[in-house]
Amino acid sequence: MNEFLEAVANHAFMRHALLTGVLASVACGVMGSFVVVKRISYVAGGIAHCVLGGIGAALYLQRAHGWDALDPIYGALVAALVAAVVIGLVSLKARQRVDTVIGAVWAIGMATGILFLSKTPGYGEDLMSYLFGNILMVTGRDLWLMVALDTVVVAAALLFFKQFQSICFDEEFSRVRGINVSLYFVFLLVLTALTIVLLVTVVGIVMVIALLTIPAAVAGHFTNRLSHMMAAAIFVSVIFTTGGLAVSYGPNLPAGATIIVLAGATYLLVAVIAGARRRRRRTGGNGTTDRMVTEGDRERG
Amino acid sequence: MTERPALELRDLSYSYDGTPVIEGANLTVGCGEFVTVVGPNGGGKTTLIKLVLGLLRPDSGSVRVFGCRPEESKPRMGYVPQRSDIDPSFPATVLDVVLMGRLGKTRRFGMYTREDVDAAMAALVDVELAELPRRPFSKLSGGQRQRTLIARALASQPDILLLDEPTANLDIAMEQELYEILLRLKKRLTLLLVSHDLAFVSGFTDTVACVNRTVVVHTTSEVTPELINALYGRDVRFVRHDHLMGGAE
Repeated sequence: MNEFLEAVANHAFMRHALLTGVLASVACGVMGSFVVVKRISYVAGGIAHCVLGGIGAALYLQRAHGWDALDPIYGALVAALVAAVVIGLVSLKARQRVDTVIGAVWAIGMATGILFLSKTPGYGEDLMSYLFGNILMVTGRDLWLMVALDTVVVAAALLFFKQFQSICFDEEFSRVRGINVSLYFVFLLVLTALTIVLLVTVVGIVMVIALLTIPAAVAGHFTNRLSHMMAAAIFVSVIFTTGGLAVSYGPNLPAGATIIVLAGATYLLVAVIAGARRRRRRTGGNGTTDRMVTEGDRERG
Repeated sequence: MTERPALELRDLSYSYDGTPVIEGANLTVGCGEFVTVVGPNGGGKTTLIKLVLGLLRPDSGSVRVFGCRPEESKPRMGYVPQRSDIDPSFPATVLDVVLMGRLGKTRRFGMYTREDVDAAMAALVDVELAELPRRPFSKLSGGQRQRTLIARALASQPDILLLDEPTANLDIAMEQELYEILLRLKKRLTLLLVSHDLAFVSGFTDTVACVNRTVVVHTTSEVTPELINALYGRDVRFVRHDHLMGGAE
């Protein structure tokens, strides 16, 4: 642990990594909560894997054709946004077999990326870092881009919280209330796409869905309101990213994978404890909530 | 009766994947009336309500709500969907859910206003949940959840309330509560209720519309056949249910 704190004090890359974790956690807690309550992690997975297509194309143009200004993260952004709109429109129009279409988009995005990368000189290490994360290689310029993405995501989520909350809870009712549900759904996916690009830096494409959904799922066990769930998810996500960095530093483990294992283990633990508590309550042992509800009903009836 | 009818369906048809669900339906509901739509499962009850709400577009015929197309009348309609379509574990308090009914009436950006909270609290009083605004939606009983969704529909201060199968999965005590709430709402709203449960509605509804591809109206109120024919159009057969009259107001 001391080793980790020393590294934070001495190395800019460690401070960047910590800050990256915090910045990613903000967007992750907000959008992850929407993704979890709307049950669209599979959609988010499709968007995440399409990101590789954009990264591959950007790297190819950069290295093989000398487009030096084209940082792979811009390719990732474009791919994520295109995927969000395509998947969004498909799930709105084609009511059947949405999962098949998302699966196809998912694979096509990845395959495109791999094709581009195979034609890009010296791609090997890049592929690994995009698939599994490169939080220790974050530059100051990357951080500013993350601040910008965070600002967009959080501002949009605050401005349109009412609409997003309502379409997540009940699309049909929202439509009756005059909300353009399709528009807000695609908008929600676009914001999710921006968040995914942020998180890819931390844990890579393959593990991004875990980091997007696990903090929100853990937070969901302790909160009863969407806004509280978001705040708790941000907190939990900061713990995961910071804790993962600290644990991985000493034994020189991959940070992204360590963060995910930490998150996954916590989630399982919380789910098991919550399950056990629910069972105990149902058998009448230490029950409080369920009984209160029943008594309230009896009074009324 | 100077205002136009609350609801007017004319020769309404709708088919799904080539199968006709509603065919040539006619129905007129006057302002302040309480109409119950009954019919077998798959008979088109839910389709009818969705056509009224403007969630589906008819193949032919017209829907008029207070004289306007459903899209224009949305602000005047309150909708209580089937409870089974809603995730009971959604992280929201009773007040959070009811506030969603303010969408379309409240400002577009940012959080709900004081005025929205007042309207939501008033709606909670209507459904006798005024003491539980902070209770998590996931911790409610089935009947309380039902009443929360009714309050959400009332929060927009509608002129017509449409309820889709509100009695599904309710026990007798909960039905009684719902019955009392609807009786009170009947005094100030037009009500259209979809149900498979004729026993539940027969006590207090004005008119029963049977939907099985087409709409056949039965009345429990004392109106002359001539008036009914004028009101409901020529395609509708008129049936008096005298045994239901005792229960009508």
